[in-house]
Amino acid sequence: MKNEWPLWEVFIRGQHGLAHRHFGSLHAPDAEMAIKNARDVYTRRNEGVSIWVVRASDIAASAPGEKEPLFDRSNSKIYRHPTFYDIPEEVGHM
Amino acid sequence: MYAQMVKSTGERPKTLDEMTPEERAFQQRVDADIKIEPKEWMPEGYRKTLVRQISQHAHSEIVGQLPEGNWITRAPTLDRKAILIAKVQDEAGHGLYLYCAAETLGVSRDEMTEQLLSGKAKYSSIFNYPTLTWADIGAIGWLVDGAAIMNQVQLQKCSYGPYSRAMIRICKEESFHQRQGYDIMMKLCAGTAEQKEMAQDALNRWWQPSLMMFGPSDKDSVHSAQSMAWKIKPMSNDELRQKFVDQTVPQAEYLGLKIPDPDLKWNEGKKGYDFGEIDWNEFYEVLRGNGPCNKERLDARRKAWDDGAWFRDGLMAHAQKAKARRLAAE
Ligand SMILES: [Fe+2]
Ligand SMILES: [Fe+2]
Repeated sequence: MKNEWPLWEVFIRGQHGLAHRHFGSLHAPDAEMAIKNARDVYTRRNEGVSIWVVRASDIAASAPGEKEPLFDRSNSKIYRHPTFYDIPEEVGHM
Repeated sequence: MYAQMVKSTGERPKTLDEMTPEERAFQQRVDADIKIEPKEWMPEGYRKTLVRQISQHAHSEIVGQLPEGNWITRAPTLDRKAILIAKVQDEAGHGLYLYCAAETLGVSRDEMTEQLLSGKAKYSSIFNYPTLTWADIGAIGWLVDGAAIMNQVQLQKCSYGPYSRAMIRICKEESFHQRQGYDIMMKLCAGTAEQKEMAQDALNRWWQPSLMMFGPSDKDSVHSAQSMAWKIKPMSNDELRQKFVDQTVPQAEYLGLKIPDPDLKWNEGKKGYDFGEIDWNEFYEVLRGNGPCNKERLDARRKAWDDGAWFRDGLMAHAQKAKARRLAAE
C-alpha cells in the first residue's frame, strides 16, 4: 500500500453568515474531489453554504512550544479591555 | 465498547511523585480538564493508547456498515430504505472523522487500513453477528446504537481534543440512529403475532452481544486504570453497562418484549437492575476471530479495498498529470 491520497483540511461557512470554520480533514487526490468528498463527509445535514479545502501540508502553524512567548504578553495589557476604565453611571451607557 | 479491549501501558498509573516534571505537568493539565492538542508533548503511552482506541473505534464504524448494509436492498418500504442508507452513510462518516483524529497522532490512514485488513487491529465484537431478519435492523439501531451512544457521550469529555471533537459531532448524529431502530421495533410490536415474534427473536439474539460491547468486567480489564487517569475513557465498562441496562429495560417493557435474562430484576438498594453473568467465553472467542461472521466481514473489507485499487490509483494519476499540465502552462 502506497500512493496514499493526500490530506486536506476542510473549512465550512455555516448557515448564519459566519466566517469559514475548520470542520475536519479528509483524503482526496485533488482539490475538486476534496470539495466533493467534503460535501458528503461534513455537510450531510445542511451544515454549510460554502466549502474551502486546503492541502494540510500547505498550512503553516505556530509551534505549541511557543505558546507562552506568543500569547502570554497580552495578559498584562489589561488596559486593552473596556472593563479597565471606570466611567460614572451618570454618563449612561458607553 | 467500539474499542473494547484497548491495551494501555499495562501498568498502574504513576503517582505525581513518580512522574518526570514533563509527565507531571501533562497530568496536571489533564486533571484540570485542559484539552491536549496534536503536536503538544504527551507521554508515549498516552499517544499509543489513543491511537489504538481511536483506530479500533474507526474500524468499528466502518465494519459496522456491513451487517446493516445487508438489508438495504431488502428494506420493506422505500422510506425505510432511504432511512437505512442515510444511517449507514453516517457510519461511514463516523469512521472518517475518527481516522482523521487518529492521524493527528502520527499514524497514517494506509497503516490503519493495513492493520484492519491483516487482522492485526480489532473492531467491536458486535459486528461479527449476522442480521437474519428485518427486525435485526430495528434491534441494532435500538440496542447497538443505544450502547454506542452511552459510550460516546462520555467520550465527548476525552482529554484529547481531536477525539473529543469527533465525538461531539458523532453524538449529534447518533440519536437519529437509535430512534429509527426503536421506531422499527414499535411498528413490528404493534403488528401481527408473527411480526412481534420476530422482534422478540431479534432482542433474544442481540441482547447479550450488546452488553458485551462495553468490554470485560472492570475486575478483568487491566488497562482501564491508566486510561481513566489520562481521561481517555472517563467511565468504566461496568458503570456504562449498568447505565445501559437501566435505560433499556423500560424501553423493552414499553414494546411488550421480554429481556432474555432470567436473573434480571430491579434492585431497590442500588436503584438499578441486577442482571445475569455474561458469557465471557463467547466474547473472547469472537474477539479472537471465531465469531459467526468474522471471516465474512474481513473478506468483505479486503474485497472492497482490492476492488477499489484501480479507482484510487487512477484518480491519483489523473491529479498528478493535471498538476504537471498546470505547471507547464505557467
Ligand atoms: Fe456511528
Ligand atoms: Fe450509529
